[in-house]
Amino acid sequence: MSHDHHNSVSVTVTVNGEQRTAEAEGRTLLVHFLRDTLGLTGTHWGCDTSNCGVCVVAVDGVPMKSCTVLAAMVDGCEVTTVEGLEGPDGLHPIQEGFIECHGLQCGYCTPGMMITAKWLLEQNPDPSEHEIRDGLSGQLCRCTGYHNIVEAVRFAADKLNNKEVSA
Amino acid sequence: MQVPAPFGYERATSVDHAIQLLEQLGPEARLVAGGHSFIPMMKLRLAQPEHVIDINPLAAELGTISIDGSDLVIGAMARHNDLLGSAVVGEHFPVLHDAERVIADPVVRNRGTIGGSLCQADPAEDLSAALSALHATAVIRGSGGTRTVAVRELHTGPYETVVGDAEMLTHIRVPIRNGCGSAYEKVERRVGDWAIAAAAAAVWMDGGIISDAGIGLCAVGAEHFVSTDAEAVLRGQAPSDDVIAAAAAAAAAGCNPTTDQRGPAEYKRHLAGELTARALRRAIARAQGAAA
Ligand SMILES: Cc1cc2nc3c(=O)[nH]c(=O)nc-3n(C[C@H](O)[C@H](O)[C@H](O)COP(=O)(O)OP(=O)(O)OC[C@H]3O[C@@H](n4cnc5c(N)ncnc54)[C@H](O)[C@@H]3O)c2cc1C
Ligand code: FES
Ligand code: FES
Repeated sequence: MSHDHHNSVSVTVTVNGEQRTAEAEGRTLLVHFLRDTLGLTGTHWGCDTSNCGVCVVAVDGVPMKSCTVLAAMVDGCEVTTVEGLEGPDGLHPIQEGFIECHGLQCGYCTPGMMITAKWLLEQNPDPSEHEIRDGLSGQLCRCTGYHNIVEAVRFAADKLNNKEVSA
Repeated sequence: MQVPAPFGYERATSVDHAIQLLEQLGPEARLVAGGHSFIPMMKLRLAQPEHVIDINPLAAELGTISIDGSDLVIGAMARHNDLLGSAVVGEHFPVLHDAERVIADPVVRNRGTIGGSLCQADPAEDLSAALSALHATAVIRGSGGTRTVAVRELHTGPYETVVGDAEMLTHIRVPIRNGCGSAYEKVERRVGDWAIAAAAAAVWMDGGIISDAGIGLCAVGAEHFVSTDAEAVLRGQAPSDDVIAAAAAAAAAGCNPTTDQRGPAEYKRHLAGELTARALRRAIARAQGAAA
């Protein structure tokens, strides 16, 4: 990180495994840096008041609301957005779960939901329905009524657990 | 689109560096920790600092939770989820786990810090009530050295603390004393919301008698987030329904809630009493369980 003039900061982040460097104003929020500067529009931007969670990305593996984080704060960090969920073997089990269980309708909440769901399963590989609802309580969905989102996360948990067993 | 007004961004690399930057940049410079209160305030232009000093690089230096002598020591940069995940915290002070479970949501708890919570001094900040009930102290550092202040003396009014312009909160110390039981009770409109009202209770039992007590109140306009009247009612008494009722009545009478979108003042006053009673019953049961 270096200071060019009063308000500009050079930010280097490893986004979805790729190192990117760009200038940002000190006040630039991470959500806008990802969407507008780096062109990664998979991360959505909703309430702008830290409530809805559509903007959630993982910073060094930990989900946070990127509308409430400065881009400059993540200089030197690893950021995972929804674009980074898919691996060399195809879709992540979380993504498969959302497809198989119809865990989305309009899809607006889905990127943030999936990033947090991935973290949730890393913390707790076999969560109960209550634990899933509690873990996702910082994200709002206006469409699904949450039922199918819970199913999607359970699908991913089962798939990940079976994988471990058969591996 | 809400964005903060322009500011100069600085990154502190140590506590001393943060204090040096605060001194050098003057009173228009502000620290940002988790940013989950301060960034929203900047987005709404309720705060327009000229300089923002990012203290997240101090997470290693100030992010630990440990026992030092007879104190639990919580670093100012410990995140809410660090406190919630700490077994040693749960063992000694379950009130902190009760409170953390109902502060915001898990994603906000990944980012918000204990120091930021106390320094934000929002009248509805849960930890201000919980840590005041535990008779915790705040360790504050400036270029002249370190001083300690009781958490219940930290707040001078809504959004105001005794932490000076060129000082920072570095740690919270919670004294560990025998026979302690503690609990937190909160009523909110929906999961993850700020309290309509909340109460923290801590009791220290000695031979069947409440030798000391702490009653913290959140979001009901209690001076310094505590009810010293309720604490006075409890001290020296054997626990009973009558004593609990008297303490709850004192807590309700001494607070000063206001009517707002979260509810009418009289409802909040009722909650202050009822939640004090519920928290006390659980705190006493926990103290007795711990002694047994
Ligand atoms: C959606 C949402 C819901 C929430 N719900 C609740 C709730 O139910 N209950 C609750 O209690 N809180 C709630 N919060 C607040 C949350 O707990 C915040 O994280 C916390 O209030 C502030 O911590 P922070 O680290 O983000 O502080 P910041 O926003 O970084 O800072 C807050 C203030 O403290 C100052 N500061 C920070 N650290 C220090 C330090 N070490 N020394 C001196 N000054 C310092 C800053 O300069 C600033 O003035 C909620 C927040 C959000 C976004
Ligand atoms: S846009 Fe960030 S929480 Fe809603
Ligand atoms: S699928 Fe539309 S908001 Fe969740």
